[in-house]
Amino acid sequence: MLNQKQVLYSDSDRFINAVARIRFKEMTLLGKSDIEQLMNCKSETECLKYLTDKGWGKDGDRTAEQILASEREKTWELLKELVKDISYFHTFLVANDYHNLKAAIKQVYKGYEIPNIYISNGTIDSGIIIRAVKEHDFSLLPEDMRDVAEEAYQLQLHTGDSQLCDIVLDKAALAKMYSLGKSTGNELIAHYAELKVAAADINIAIRSAKTGKDEAFLKRALCECDSLDINRLIQSTLEGIDSIYNYLLTTDYADAVPALMESSQAFERWFDNRIIEYIKPQKYNPFTFSPLAAYLLARENEIKTVRILLSGKRNDISDDIIRERLREMYV
Amino acid sequence: MKEFLNESGVFFAVLGAALAALVPGIASAKGVSKGGITAAGIITEDPSLFAKALILQLLPGTQGIYGLIIAFITFAQIGVLGGSSDISLVKGLLYLAACMPMTIVGYASAIRQANAAIASMGVLAKRPDQFGKSMIFPAMVETYAILALLISILAVSGISGINI
Repeated sequence: MLNQKQVLYSDSDRFINAVARIRFKEMTLLGKSDIEQLMNCKSETECLKYLTDKGWGKDGDRTAEQILASEREKTWELLKELVKDISYFHTFLVANDYHNLKAAIKQVYKGYEIPNIYISNGTIDSGIIIRAVKEHDFSLLPEDMRDVAEEAYQLQLHTGDSQLCDIVLDKAALAKMYSLGKSTGNELIAHYAELKVAAADINIAIRSAKTGKDEAFLKRALCECDSLDINRLIQSTLEGIDSIYNYLLTTDYADAVPALMESSQAFERWFDNRIIEYIKPQKYNPFTFSPLAAYLLARENEIKTVRILLSGKRNDISDDIIRERLREMYV
Repeated sequence: MKEFLNESGVFFAVLGAALAALVPGIASAKGVSKGGITAAGIITEDPSLFAKALILQLLPGTQGIYGLIIAFITFAQIGVLGGSSDISLVKGLLYLAACMPMTIVGYASAIRQANAAIASMGVLAKRPDQFGKSMIFPAMVETYAILALLISILAVSGISGINI
């Protein structure tokens, strides 16, 4: 039995106007040829000029970060205009709440203001989260966030162990994102949530195997998902990295193993490329919410790719190395 | 009783005509509405595509017109628009059956044609120069509405010659 929100997500006619407009916006996304042009630029300044000529950034933006932040802002402005109820995108935004919670706890622990650590796009106003932490009143937060906020707060303040605090909140963020994604009933969002959690778990497992973390830590850090058997992953992690690879070869993530063997950046690129490959058919789908979600993911991927490229140019990294890090583009 | 049954023939004939006008009409209204919502999105981004978007929007509107034609022919045949409307029960049922191809296929094809038209509007948004090709896809759905129209016209026109 579908709930009301699930019906709206899968209503084939509900988003046809928004999708028609997104079709135009897709044409302004950077394609392979644009990335090639950016690669041919001799410096970061030249890249920024190319991007501003393409309409990137806002008046007054000077640095790469300002331009990229403006682009992200533009994306959300557009999506808010197209889909009046932004809660449709909560799966993609909920991690920002936990980031803000983490930042607020750290700030309270340090005892002084740290500038620019909060993300404005979340499902809860960052001001509420800051107030809840400062006043130690987690009743201001949604019910499902209160216990974990209290746990992370106590861990940070009493043990001073930032890593433990991060792990608790990261897992809670993943679990919330996962349950939200699955509850939409939208295939694309559910698949995104599945991949995101699996990728995070694999990352944690690999790092834990390298640093020799124990079972208790793994149980605390790994988030349940359908495509991975967490108990087997924990067991494999305790046995060593090769055992993780062997386990992954029996899962849907067998093709991630070569990337994992290469480096953590290669695995991150594998994950991003897999998402892009999965959402590509949405370019031809005029119905449901999926093309809008695909556009958001495509924009995030585009901004990330440009950030990698600009950072490479800024630090005089060779073109070959930059190319290895670039993501597949949506268009 | 026999007299009552004979008199109820006209009821079934009118029912058939009404369904032929009503059902494809509803589907066309729905289809044109969906097309309009999508076209509005297109025009928001590029107003120069108005005429092309309008053509695609109107494609699912034809089923409603076909239904109207069948209803008119049926009314003319059974004498509702003038003349005698003395029709036997069997003949009335035959008229009802004759209207069914247009009623059912008209409904189904209008909805599906609207979906194809909306998909073609996506092509229009990205490749306005390919409008001709993009229009052919939803237009193909029209074939089945026309086939149903022909069958219903032939059937409705032929029934008056049957002596029942």
